[in-house]
Amino acid sequence: MLTYLLKRMVQTFITLLFLTVATFFLLRLAPGGPFDGEKVWPAEIQANIEAKYGLNRPLYSQFFTWGNDLIHGDLRESFHYIGTPVREIISDALPPSLELGFFALVFSLSIGIVLGVLSAWKRGTFFDFSAMFIAIAGITLPAYLVGTLLVLLFSNYLGWLPPALWEDKQSMILPTITLALRPLAIIARMTRTTLLEVMHADYIRTAYSKGLSDSSVLFKHALKNSMIPIITMLGPITASLITGSYVVETIFQIPGLGQYFITSVLNRDYPLVMGMTLTYGLILTLCNLFVDITYGWIDPRIRVDAKK
Amino acid sequence: MKNPFLKDKRFVVSVIVLAILCVLALGAPYFAPFSYDAVSVGPNLAPPGGANIMGTDVLGRDLYSRVLYGARLSLAVGFCTAIFSLVLGTLTGAIAGYFGGIWDKLLMSIVDIFYIFPMLLLAILFTLLLGRGFLGIFMAIGMTTWVTQARLVRALVLQARELPYVEAGRALGLTHLKVLFKHILPNLMGPMIVSLTFQIPNNILTESFLSFVGLGLQPPYSSWGTLANEGYRGIQSYPHLMLFPGLALFITMIAFHFLGDALRDILDPKSSIGSIN
Repeated sequence: MLTYLLKRMVQTFITLLFLTVATFFLLRLAPGGPFDGEKVWPAEIQANIEAKYGLNRPLYSQFFTWGNDLIHGDLRESFHYIGTPVREIISDALPPSLELGFFALVFSLSIGIVLGVLSAWKRGTFFDFSAMFIAIAGITLPAYLVGTLLVLLFSNYLGWLPPALWEDKQSMILPTITLALRPLAIIARMTRTTLLEVMHADYIRTAYSKGLSDSSVLFKHALKNSMIPIITMLGPITASLITGSYVVETIFQIPGLGQYFITSVLNRDYPLVMGMTLTYGLILTLCNLFVDITYGWIDPRIRVDAKK
Repeated sequence: MKNPFLKDKRFVVSVIVLAILCVLALGAPYFAPFSYDAVSVGPNLAPPGGANIMGTDVLGRDLYSRVLYGARLSLAVGFCTAIFSLVLGTLTGAIAGYFGGIWDKLLMSIVDIFYIFPMLLLAILFTLLLGRGFLGIFMAIGMTTWVTQARLVRALVLQARELPYVEAGRALGLTHLKVLFKHILPNLMGPMIVSLTFQIPNNILTESFLSFVGLGLQPPYSSWGTLANEGYRGIQSYPHLMLFPGLALFITMIAFHFLGDALRDILDPKSSIGSIN
């Protein structure tokens, strides 16, 4: 297990390295610079600014000094929000984003699994039909449409919930549902399909013939075994939550990381872009690592050191 | 025995809907009463009804015409990117899966890197490099989706490689490349077609998402995402501006989705592709 973890850490490190290198150089390939504006500065001032931020040195040397600063825990100061350290921007904006993502993940997992189990159990009934309709709608409707429709309905027409911001508990309901709907739909469908497959397995027949009750077979035997595909999905789902949160944060005016994602690139705010990329990359790779470890815990057959 | 395709209601209905959509999209100049960029063809921000079936936008452009032309762009982006990722992903996955060893390690580590690259970031970078047009959005979607295809094909080829017909082919003196491209890949057509059918609506959705956040096709072009973006600003007073493009997108997505489900049950009953998307 320890060697496996170590190996995965090295892998994670290499992937993150590639990610940062690719972002760094692609960003510089793009035309335009951080201090290009409407106003044209005299050449000396432009040169002075570039010298101050080290932009006049060759690219590879800029990358190495950036990496060196990073190792010392310094993400530099933002070019656009002058004087504000990138670390501060990210640590201010990260909590709402993480909260939103976490709530959406919990919501989609719990409701998705319950919907999936119930519709597999009550297969062919009206409940099954409506649950699967919700699932298809969730998969096919874009988040921006779901979000606006929810705001129109619950804030404008009914007036039950606030249409924006991220402050009290009530304001968190609509964004969480909007972000969670797609993963929820995927999880519900997946749970239903795998559960129906698992119910045909031999060990389920054995469990029934031992005289176990319906619910005991369902929850103790079938459900645990149908969780594997869902855990596999958690990696991609986290990725989609991260991408999706941009739209949700925009629609609901949530002061999270999303607001910086596009503007930082458009402003050529190099330090902020690199900081954001690192943050997202770290979250994603850590989630994947977590998924792989949970995998072996749920299904001993795919435990990593079982091969020895 | 009846044709299994015609027996499946989902298949028949979704093919009819998609065929109508394609005809409308290709024939947009004939079916649309106005051009997508003709301004002031009616009063500004007219509600649906009368001469403008879906109403007009802030510049008095006919929304119905814009949605029809939008079908062209959205479907074109969806098809082209799906085919791009099918070709690139299949080549990569097939070579990695069949030859294994160093090829597998090398290609799959490239795939892994693209896999964790945040799609939005890649999209922004490509639109910066290539401009906010068809090419930028095409690369942004294509480069992020081919990895899923590569992983799928690799897994399928890994299984197929061990089957007797591959050994038989080799024993007959066929080269590795011939076995791979003439025998293994044709046998995997079923799952690949199914995954393509799920890829197209996903890409249409991604395009509309990118256009919605302002990274995609720019006005006056009217992909459904661009239209939704324009409509979003006035959603409270003029909901029709966002609802009609959204409805068009929804119908297309549902049709592709049922088509994919039907094709999977017919062509590839064992797999669970699609429920993954």
